[in-house]
Amino acid sequence: MANFKLKVNGKTQEVAVDPTTPMLWVLRDHLKLVGTKYGCGIAQCGACTVHLDDNAVRSCQLPVSAVGDKEITTIEGLSENGDHPVQKAWIEEDVYQCGYCQAGQIMNASAFLKKNPNPSDSEIESAMNGNICRCGTYTRIKKAIKTAANTENA
Amino acid sequence: MTKIRTQYNRRSFLKVSAAASGGMLIGFSWLNGCKPNTPEPEPGIALPNEWFDINGYIKIGDTGLVTIYSPNPEIGQNVKTSMPMIVAEELDVPWENVVVEQAPLNTGFYQNQFAGGSLSIRLSWNALRMAGATGKRMLMEAAAKEWGLQLADISASEGVIKENNGERTVTYGEIASKAVGIEVPEEVDLKSPKDFKLIGTSIKNVDGEKIVTGQPLFGLDFQREGMSLAMIQHPPSFGMTVKDFNEEEIKKMPGVKDAFIIDTTINEPDWFDEKGFKQLIAIVGDSTWELMQAKKAIKANWESTGELESSSMHKERLEKALVSGTVTESRKDGNPEAAFKRAAKVIEQTYTAPFMAHNTLEPMNFFANVTEDSAELMGPTQTPEALEGSVAKLLDLPLENITVDMSRMGGGFGRRLYVHFGLEAAAISKKIGGPVKLIYSREDDMSQGTYRPTYRSTYKAGLDENNNLIAFSVRGAGLPDGPVFPNRFPAGAVENYLAEKISADTNITTGAWRAPRSNFTAGAEQAFLDEVAELAGKDPIDFRLELFERAKNNPVGEEYEYDAERYAGVLKLVKEKANWGSNEPNVFRGVAAYFCHSTYVAEVFDMVMEKGQPKVKKVWCAVDCGIVINRDGAINMMQGGVVDGIGHAMYSQLTFENGTPKQMNFDRYQLIRHSQAPDDIEVFFVENEIDPTGLGEPGLPPAMGALANAMYKATGQRYYNQPFATERQVIG
Repeated sequence: MANFKLKVNGKTQEVAVDPTTPMLWVLRDHLKLVGTKYGCGIAQCGACTVHLDDNAVRSCQLPVSAVGDKEITTIEGLSENGDHPVQKAWIEEDVYQCGYCQAGQIMNASAFLKKNPNPSDSEIESAMNGNICRCGTYTRIKKAIKTAANTENA
Repeated sequence: MTKIRTQYNRRSFLKVSAAASGGMLIGFSWLNGCKPNTPEPEPGIALPNEWFDINGYIKIGDTGLVTIYSPNPEIGQNVKTSMPMIVAEELDVPWENVVVEQAPLNTGFYQNQFAGGSLSIRLSWNALRMAGATGKRMLMEAAAKEWGLQLADISASEGVIKENNGERTVTYGEIASKAVGIEVPEEVDLKSPKDFKLIGTSIKNVDGEKIVTGQPLFGLDFQREGMSLAMIQHPPSFGMTVKDFNEEEIKKMPGVKDAFIIDTTINEPDWFDEKGFKQLIAIVGDSTWELMQAKKAIKANWESTGELESSSMHKERLEKALVSGTVTESRKDGNPEAAFKRAAKVIEQTYTAPFMAHNTLEPMNFFANVTEDSAELMGPTQTPEALEGSVAKLLDLPLENITVDMSRMGGGFGRRLYVHFGLEAAAISKKIGGPVKLIYSREDDMSQGTYRPTYRSTYKAGLDENNNLIAFSVRGAGLPDGPVFPNRFPAGAVENYLAEKISADTNITTGAWRAPRSNFTAGAEQAFLDEVAELAGKDPIDFRLELFERAKNNPVGEEYEYDAERYAGVLKLVKEKANWGSNEPNVFRGVAAYFCHSTYVAEVFDMVMEKGQPKVKKVWCAVDCGIVINRDGAINMMQGGVVDGIGHAMYSQLTFENGTPKQMNFDRYQLIRHSQAPDDIEVFFVENEIDPTGLGEPGLPPAMGALANAMYKATGQRYYNQPFATERQVIG
């Protein structure tokens, strides 16, 4: 056990956990931020995607001891009122079916759009390829990313 | 307008009463630790001070806010939006005034509270309409009484009751208190489909905002004060059981509060009790990560209880079953043997498909709180009533002492029809004497499934000298259940016909996987018919339409399980929409149509070769599901079905070595990804006024056939063995 001071969604939080604990479980079990999902635990499905500073990372592969003073943003902290352009686009396109993977999809898409505000179809596909949607909403996700890109550029 | 006699399902239709729990029930959410979850109604509608129970589906507040309870489990098929839409339509309230809540299991209030067989809408269509229409009628009676008028003198629409020859109006919210005590009518009027205002439009998913902001919705998100976490360890192979393990060592590991063996064996297990391992090692603690570490340290003695099966063995068993297995179901018309002998051309092909895991993205989990005389269960289940019954058997408790609440589910696909994870949570809770949430790791989830069986079918067709199909046969075997529907197409359309279903043994646990058996049969049959049409020198759509004409005008045999006109209808619609027959350079087209779960679907795929790999670019999909409830939700289901069909036919399989699955996570078990999905999937509905059928399953089966047929055009090679990517020696 060790103590860690973490900056999560703009707040500093302290946890006492095993240093090897992945951020995914620190968020879910210790900070009760359950919007970040567990899907595979081996960085294959993308359901656990969060932002570490501005980068989309797999929180299941990020030990709490490696976070340091970097800022973590989860789906709960992506926007204050759920009005990030990507969240709004997801609602507009009514993307989800079961909805379980979508927090990870949104976190990955929002980090990607920040770096590449005007992506091509194939850039979207390669950026999003690590995020599995078992329900198969891929065509809607792609459409929503384009919708969000257009609003952000408007 | 249709008159319908109301049917009372025990307590569901009582006289209107003031809601016992007052304003507290609205927005009550288990996920927020039993605190009322304040709903966010549209501006202009205040939160009510008082609520009135209209019936088991409807509660109306004094401000006009309406709560509609969605009775069935939500697995992503969007019934939590579409079922309340049906109630709201007949109640005749603006959707902006509606708040939707998930109902708990309540066999007194509701019927058919399960998610399976694409049956939610189909089975509840009348009950939901009746609930809405009954509510509207009782509110109208209250207004008529208040004004001293007859029912015929007033009308209701959009939550407002008006007198026909006068100025008086009253809102549902204002009159709800006066409806208390009104008798339930024996007969109510239902709207004519042409008067639908909500049904047939596109309503956004009622949980959308919660999903995009990461609110707790799923079973895995459930929290309860004082709740422990638990994980289980099952034997490494099917055909093994646990004898003992290093209990004392595990109990001393960091974060472990307890470790023991549970037994979930019950008397007279039903189909939904399927589970390969009834005895399991359980570890209890407070942190998932620590439990995962403790699981790795388990040293157990496993004992063999049966054969340790491998994929090579499965292949041999299926081959043997197809030759000499016992036929369990069959149909024969005419004299197929003689017809094949006199046929000018005969073609025979064999198709295979592997075991598959469901792989819901949210792994199995369940919350249980068992006391001496009660059990509270909460989590993702497609069959809450079945779970309640099995828990009652396990704990020897009466049904009325067990409650089951349903969370939103991170996918179902048939996996959560099975109830063992709920029983396991109950067994652990009983042992520790407190509330617990059981969590499966991905590996746990994938390696103790209720898998899609593995299949092998041989199809044979005979054409006469004029290229008419005069003989058709299918012989299909599965481990354990054969993939043959003897009375489905082309039964009824071919003079000489033989269908034989064969079952064979395995100790691998299997079960319903999205569109059971159709998820193989459609692909095999539709790929075979494509090859037969080619042999006959006919266009694949025209060839099928000829067969439907035959089935319609001069059917063979006594019965068949489809409406030839509706089947042909979706093919004609997709033909028109896709502009079938037009040839674009370097675009390769495949078509397939299938009828299952009471819904007709035809699909055309446009495939291109990208970097040497076949890729579906565009899909046209025509559907006849009767009345469409939530248009965009229905489109979404079909799109998902198409992607799911492509993905599983192309990439996915579960293989075994000595009873152990060789794929336990998404590194080795391949699921379709963004870059492999079509760019665009257009969905068209046949517009009619037939009672609605389901859409959870029917989009998937034909996709496997359309994929195989488009791949043939693109590569010049026919594909007989799923997953096709393996057959091509490519990893997409």
